[in-house]
Amino acid sequence: MARTRIVLAGEGGQGVQSIAKILVEAGYEAGKEILYIPNFGVEQRGGVSIAFCQVADEKIGEPRFSKGDIVIMLSDRAIDRCSAYVNENSTVIYDSSVCSTKPTCKAKEIIAVEANKIANEQLSARVFNIIVLGVLLSATNVLKLDDIKNAMEMALGKKFDAKPELRELNYKALEMGMNMIQKAGV
Amino acid sequence: MVQTLDVTPDIAKAQNPEAGASKFCPGCGHGMILKTLAHTIDDLNLQEKAVFGCDIGCSLLSWNYMNVDTVQTHHGRTTPVIYGVTRANPGTIGIAYMGDGGGLAIGSQHLVNAAVRGENMLIVLANNTNYGMTGGQMAPTTMPGQKTETTPYGRDCEVTGKPAKGAEMVASIVDSNKAYVARATVSNLRKLRQTFTKALKNVEKGGFSFVEVLSICPLNWRTNNEGTWDRLKTMEEFFEVKEFVQREGLE
Amino acid sequence: MVKKLITEDTRMFLTGNETIAYAANAAEAEFMYGYPITPQNEIMHTWCKLLPKTEAGFLQTEDEISAGFSTIGGILAGKRAFTATAGPGNVIMQDAQSMAEMMRIPFVCAVMQRGGPSTATVIYAQQETRLTCFGGNGEGFRIVYSTAGHQDLYDYMIKSFNTAWKYRFPTFMLADGYQGKMREPVTLYDPASRGIKMEPTPAVLRAPGKIDVDRKANHIRNTFNLEEELMEVLDSYQAEFDRIAPEIEEYLEYKAEDAEILIIAHGIVARSAMTAVDELRAKGIKAGLFRPITLRPLAVKPLRNAVSRAKQVLFTESANGQLAQMILEKIYGLTTPYSTLFKMGVGVTGDDIVQKVESMVKTPATV
Repeated sequence: MARTRIVLAGEGGQGVQSIAKILVEAGYEAGKEILYIPNFGVEQRGGVSIAFCQVADEKIGEPRFSKGDIVIMLSDRAIDRCSAYVNENSTVIYDSSVCSTKPTCKAKEIIAVEANKIANEQLSARVFNIIVLGVLLSATNVLKLDDIKNAMEMALGKKFDAKPELRELNYKALEMGMNMIQKAGV
Repeated sequence: MVQTLDVTPDIAKAQNPEAGASKFCPGCGHGMILKTLAHTIDDLNLQEKAVFGCDIGCSLLSWNYMNVDTVQTHHGRTTPVIYGVTRANPGTIGIAYMGDGGGLAIGSQHLVNAAVRGENMLIVLANNTNYGMTGGQMAPTTMPGQKTETTPYGRDCEVTGKPAKGAEMVASIVDSNKAYVARATVSNLRKLRQTFTKALKNVEKGGFSFVEVLSICPLNWRTNNEGTWDRLKTMEEFFEVKEFVQREGLE
Repeated sequence: MVKKLITEDTRMFLTGNETIAYAANAAEAEFMYGYPITPQNEIMHTWCKLLPKTEAGFLQTEDEISAGFSTIGGILAGKRAFTATAGPGNVIMQDAQSMAEMMRIPFVCAVMQRGGPSTATVIYAQQETRLTCFGGNGEGFRIVYSTAGHQDLYDYMIKSFNTAWKYRFPTFMLADGYQGKMREPVTLYDPASRGIKMEPTPAVLRAPGKIDVDRKANHIRNTFNLEEELMEVLDSYQAEFDRIAPEIEEYLEYKAEDAEILIIAHGIVARSAMTAVDELRAKGIKAGLFRPITLRPLAVKPLRNAVSRAKQVLFTESANGQLAQMILEKIYGLTTPYSTLFKMGVGVTGDDIVQKVESMVKTPATV
């Protein structure tokens, strides 16, 4: 059974849940089985924000899983919190322009990206999370770019219509993210 | 030879004729309040629209007193049950009947919030300055120096605070355009009937009404008739008997 | 009369809390009383957002005590009313729930469990199992459905209304924070399209008919003068509960027929157990699942049969054996040894169960 388990973790405010929602919405529209649990605590803002997403071809059993196939860590605290979801079959992706250290957990592969740096230097800090979404799209390789674009349209369509240049900016961010790593083919 | 008085008891239509002898202690104020309320319901022809709810405490014993659909609830919980009814079925004349404990202690959050939200109902709070059914403990309304089972040497306001003034509190938080708030007393039942009339008319208009009735508890007060009357008069000096809030157009 | 939003089968991608609000509307629920507590808030949020379309009612009360009691008021007024709560809210709502139990009020409540005791976590647990089944100062005259995902939430929320009004015992849909907050696809439908007819909800307060002409005034109470008076009432409730139990009991067996190791789990943990069963079977270990769907009443006969057939039993819960305690009492006399995997307030994953069962194969349980 093809099932991809994704852990997406960052600081509250980095937009982790926003891109998780776009990802799972895209998966749902593409006819995949989806299960998404936003990790929520007592704080409305701040703290580590984690999204547990599963994309599968068949009905999903367990809602929470022990180890992720793809684990994305976007801050030092996210590395601390989420190393527990990593084993030798996991691909870990972390943002080396945010995190001060490299994750030390034992994984199949640990990939560094600089989404934050590129967002700030080349695009806009606002699309940091969309770059990460692009990274995730390449890394998982289970969803099509068009699916994601449609889901982005559902989530952000009104903002795009008000400011068309935002659409271009977001597409650019998505593309740059996708190109940051080779298709991992997990 | 035994002679019987040939006088028909004065039973209101809204009073349950099958309830039998009063379950209240001799001299209790509840019977007077309830009978007056029943007559007022008759006066305004509200029997079919009325729903009566009673609390735990002595007010519980009114569970079959009225000849209207009645629900007996839990300690302090009559207010939410009755606004639950009137929210679900608008046009109902919801009446929540409780003592000082039910209204001002265990159910005080419901009284406060029902008043603030302007729930469409009448709350009748019988204030006899003690917890009667449980054996005469201190209530929020217990008078300074009053002896109860939990203040056997008299209520010390330094330790337990001053008596709660329910009507004043409610008056300060209601929307005066939609509310009727009054304090009445069992020493003047004609006036009480007028008070209930206004209170129920306000509910008919969609408003929130609160009537605190100063009442008596000779059993727990351990007073004879004279002592009971004196105590009630003292209460009337402490708890001002008047209309606190009256929306326009109420008669 | 409320307006139903779902008139034909509709596949949607929703959170569990949203699903419950849609289900209540599909069941023609007319009024919700509620008080905010995580993780059930979005039931209210969704219900309120839909109000202009559904023309139903809502009241945000001052606490869960009043949410419970005002729900009772709405029900007695003849409305299909309901509430939802979690954790400490479920604790203080026991006051109203026990009144519903005593007065046979068709109280419907969705419980989205969070960590306990106390405020603990706002996230997830199965620690309100005992409370929901046996809370209050009563005997557990309650019907409790434990759900395992969004289709269950939709199906059993609708069913809860009919069970409550048909049998007049308070009925609970026991779910949890994961189910409330997670998103997965679910098929919404009009109950009528599945042959489900909603039970009538007659009024007790302001019942039809003129007092003294067509009927007497209703006086309903929950206080009795004598112990024997109370026992007579409760004995009749118990007899009624036992009589209707076979009509209500529900359970699910997954590969349990030839299972040597039988996993017993309820709710969302049962879903992890299904994942684990598949993995274990692929490794040649004959594992199976028994999932009670009704926790009150429990399907005792099928449970005893399944336990008798197995060589070992594994109880697993996101609590310290709250369901296991209820079940052990019902399988008294059986000698199948058992082991436990209890994670208090934490999700149980398929991997957790696989590892535990593998260890049981190596070192069989002796208890």
